[in-house]
Amino acid sequence: MIRVELAKTFRRPRTYVIAGLLCLLPLIVAIFLATTRIPPPPGQGGAFLSAVLSNGALYPAAAMALVLPVFLPVSVAVLAGDSVAGEASAGTLRYLLIRPVGRTRLLVAKLISLIVFVLFAIAAVLVTAYLTGLLLFGSQPSAGVALPADVTSLSGVTITPAGLVLRLLGTVAYIVISMLGVAAIALFLSTITDSALGAAMGALAVLVTSQVLVTLDAAAAIRPYLPTRYWFAWIDFFREPVLWRDIERGAGIQLVYLAVLLGAAWANFMTRDVTN
Amino acid sequence: MIVTRGLTKTYGRVTAVDDVALEVREGDRYGLLGPNGSGKTTLVRMLLGLVFATKGEIEVLGRPVPKQVMRVLPAIGALVEGPGMYPHLSGRTNLALFDAAGPGSSRRDRRRRVGEALERVGLAGIDKRPVRAYSLGMRQRLGLASALLRKPRLLILDEPTNGLDPRGIREIRDLLTELNDEGTTVFLSSHLLAEIEALCTRVGVMDRGRLVVQDDLEKLRAPTGRVLVGTSEPDRVIALLDGKVEHREGQLLTVRHPDAGALNADLVAAGIRVTQIGGERRSLEQVVLDATTTSSDRVEAA
Repeated sequence: MIRVELAKTFRRPRTYVIAGLLCLLPLIVAIFLATTRIPPPPGQGGAFLSAVLSNGALYPAAAMALVLPVFLPVSVAVLAGDSVAGEASAGTLRYLLIRPVGRTRLLVAKLISLIVFVLFAIAAVLVTAYLTGLLLFGSQPSAGVALPADVTSLSGVTITPAGLVLRLLGTVAYIVISMLGVAAIALFLSTITDSALGAAMGALAVLVTSQVLVTLDAAAAIRPYLPTRYWFAWIDFFREPVLWRDIERGAGIQLVYLAVLLGAAWANFMTRDVTN
Repeated sequence: MIVTRGLTKTYGRVTAVDDVALEVREGDRYGLLGPNGSGKTTLVRMLLGLVFATKGEIEVLGRPVPKQVMRVLPAIGALVEGPGMYPHLSGRTNLALFDAAGPGSSRRDRRRRVGEALERVGLAGIDKRPVRAYSLGMRQRLGLASALLRKPRLLILDEPTNGLDPRGIREIRDLLTELNDEGTTVFLSSHLLAEIEALCTRVGVMDRGRLVVQDDLEKLRAPTGRVLVGTSEPDRVIALLDGKVEHREGQLLTVRHPDAGALNADLVAAGIRVTQIGGERRSLEQVVLDATTTSSDRVEAA
């Protein structure tokens, strides 16, 4: 079933369209930066953006910071919202279930194909961003990579390229976990409604609300428990030394959300009448 | 093959299926007849474990459903409320994907089985066009092919001839009869009386969630105790039979008489020319009209 689910994901043109759009955004930003050479002032604009002009090798990290707040969660919410509700409204859900595919199995396969999609999309963004960075900004000839001042608040710290790769891998893992939280919300809603659009909208509504509350001091009491509170904690991977506190908290919160929502999705789907 | 006891399904305050005792025997061609909204589809969905019953028991192929539905379903081919296919993929790819999704299908002979199933339903020549471009009838045939892919012991088909033209309907009927002769039990639902009458050996009639009739078609269509007589001399027949003629329409008479053969002998002995004669049988339509109360889509003023 997992193989079938992956085949379905990667046979759909929309998978590549979404990944393509995700890659396009950093590319557009890079072209503007490279032609004008006007960096955003340190501390403003996307993270890393002011640093990439002097070092293209950091551009993959900057690209992550560009797609993370909106673009990536939107695509994950759309795909996850579609996963069960889309099958239901297309009339294929009942045929999968009488094939028979167990309901638990179906949910697991859906979740795994979502993880694979997120990895695929992130990898595509990283690769195109790396190439863009090298082509448009060039790389420092030396073996060391200077961490940008606006992130480390310590200028002059350098890490090895191997260290950079390691930190990027940590970033990818952290973002995958964050996006799984998004996927879990949308997947849960997807088992409730037969409208794929409704499920995606519901998940996005949760995320937008959370992002608004994160910036609101009046909501400080619940801030640590909001799903988007620690989304940018991965930037701490680029500090020297790595600042683990927020990364650990963020991952912990996402795992709790994941467990609760997937449990709810499973419980709901197992007992639900499939009537469409 | 299928037995239900006291099967009931309520959605809120609406009772969709009400205390149904269905019995489908091995080798039957069972037709479930009922207007739209009479609970046929809900019943079919419960048999397949898609919808959970509020009350009652279901046994399919000797096993309880939904408890052991995962062990029952591999031996069943089904079509539920129209085919469901991935519109951007071709028919062949769709069948292969569904086949690969579940148990009991080997990868090695998949291509051959898909080819055979498509041939059986008359789609052997389909190309790589996506299902999106198929006509309703082609999709219906594709859905049937999907149900036949693993040579099921039991076919459960909800409105299988939907969207087909008269020739297509005839082809599907012949196909189902052929499969039934090979040993497949066929359970189908339809709101079309003629379709069930032409195909089935056993009939159930649903009316507002209840199964109001269930019997062999042969028994339902019992003789009415009347004989239809066609003659060129209707007046002589009326004179001879004296009061037993219930109805006259031109040269066609309806005579109250238990035995068409004996009546024929009497008429011929009296020198009356008989052009046609035969025992009158209840039509399935009459059976359904007697069993059901009112049209389900009528909305009367309170």
